[in-house]
Amino acid sequence: MAGKIATYAALILLSALFVFPFYWMIRSSLMPKHLLNIWPPIWWPNPPVWENYVQAFSNPFLPFGKFFKNTMILEVGMITGRLISVTMIAYGFARLRAPGKNFLFLILLMTLMLPGAVLLIPKFVFFSRLGWINTFYPLIIPAWFGEAYAVFLFRQFFLSLPRELEESAIIDGANIFQIITRIIIPLSIPVYAVITIFSFRDIWNDFMGPLLYLSSLDKYTIAVGLAFFSGQYTSEPQLQMAASVVFTIPIIILFFFTQRAFVEGIQMTGLKG
Amino acid sequence: MAIAKKSLLKPKVPLTPTEKREARTFYILISPWIFGLIFFTGIPLVWSLYLSFTKWDVLTPPQFIGVENYADMLSDKDFYQSLKVTTVYSLVSVPVRLAIALGLALLLNSATRAVGFFRTAFYLPAVVASVAVAVIWRWLFNPRFGPINGFLAVIGIDGPAWLNDPDYALWALIIMSFWGVGGEMLIFFAGLKGIPDQLYEAAEIDGASKWRKFLNITIPMLSPTIFFNLVMSVIGSFQTFDSAFVISTASARDLGSPAGSTLFYVLNIYRQGFSRLNMGYATALAWVLLALLFILTYLINRSSQRWVYTEGAS
Repeated sequence: MAGKIATYAALILLSALFVFPFYWMIRSSLMPKHLLNIWPPIWWPNPPVWENYVQAFSNPFLPFGKFFKNTMILEVGMITGRLISVTMIAYGFARLRAPGKNFLFLILLMTLMLPGAVLLIPKFVFFSRLGWINTFYPLIIPAWFGEAYAVFLFRQFFLSLPRELEESAIIDGANIFQIITRIIIPLSIPVYAVITIFSFRDIWNDFMGPLLYLSSLDKYTIAVGLAFFSGQYTSEPQLQMAASVVFTIPIIILFFFTQRAFVEGIQMTGLKG
Repeated sequence: MAIAKKSLLKPKVPLTPTEKREARTFYILISPWIFGLIFFTGIPLVWSLYLSFTKWDVLTPPQFIGVENYADMLSDKDFYQSLKVTTVYSLVSVPVRLAIALGLALLLNSATRAVGFFRTAFYLPAVVASVAVAVIWRWLFNPRFGPINGFLAVIGIDGPAWLNDPDYALWALIIMSFWGVGGEMLIFFAGLKGIPDQLYEAAEIDGASKWRKFLNITIPMLSPTIFFNLVMSVIGSFQTFDSAFVISTASARDLGSPAGSTLFYVLNIYRQGFSRLNMGYATALAWVLLALLFILTYLINRSSQRWVYTEGAS
């Protein structure tokens, strides 16, 4: 019994610790600047200063509305390409036999372990030769050519599907395209959901990619925008916190409504080791 | 799944028409990946290797200089600093993170009520962008107005200047990294759930203590998961960029500040390539990182044969 109490006490204390930075961020975002530095601190502003949000987002030199639009362009462009290409590629690896297939799959696994830093500069040079710097192409186009992690996950999933459905479809004279669209895709909705959620989060949060390829302010994504905003406004922490709240909230909401998918997705990757 | 033929001398049997068709379909299906592999990975990789033997400032054509970049590294103060910063960070943060993640997973596993609530509390921070994490924690670590020094003062400790102090900046980043253990925790949690209860029941019948059960059942059964988390965390920690960049540029517009105490390896690559336009040298640095990670992964893999328990192994 004492063990139980200790367990729950520890859980409560630790979760309070983990939640604290969120609380502090929100509370600071609603405080007037002059009250930020008093001690003991004000635990919750009364009244909350919503103007901080207005101020943070009405800066003409840091157009957050545009940053949001840019991020969404990347989201739609990349997720669509990723889902379409990965479906084809993973199905090939899962169901079809061909000489050299195992070797190619090994290459796929090896690319998963490749540190991005090695390709940082050459990719930049490659895209600049194409004239793609300061456009979204260096980020969106590669997404249409498969992504190793997603290919791996989908392949594992396809392998677990019973073959009977596909086999009877072949007997009925279906071609590959029909098999994939009529049978495989409908059965894989949960995996599509997980990949979409993970991709959405990764693209939303991505900093290095947009930093590298987008050089003008009006092309920045929210992640880059926030970094530069916080660099400009070091003396206005309440504004920085307001921007952080708005940047963080959509992903947190997404997580809340799709918790099960997130958790299963993480566990899918971990257990397959 | 077909039994893989491991013989070195594979008889070259020509493919039947059906097999040929299947192979053709396969290659058509994976063609996007092949294309991407060649153009977005392969060619840049080869070009990167060549570049590492050149001196190139982007404005003039690359000059071939042989292994000079690699030789220069040996006398480069920043190179050693970045290695030191990254290694210290990894050495400290990875084991502690895994320990915290495991601890949290164990706690969650022994709870029966409100598990979802606690799990959410621990995982939520891992979902936040590293940029936002850095911005939030920079405010938490503020030496004069931040709650961390505030609470330290309450218990009588005069808190350091954290991110403004070269001796403490890296420690602040390490502490910051603990906030994001939610992902590893979930993987451990799933691993724990996969340990059969019979093992624990049998141990209890034999009178094993809690600690015994942990050491002799939980840890070995969890060792593949620990291995996975370990490799992923090490590789990830060596490529830290976002948080170091945000912390640096905010305090003094010079990457790696204060005084190079946050000059992570990839941050140094970025600075050499894009601030100083030493593209050739930066590329060489990247290859050294690749070699380093390769060696590290190999070593961890080798050691895993000693401590990772695999089901069905002889």
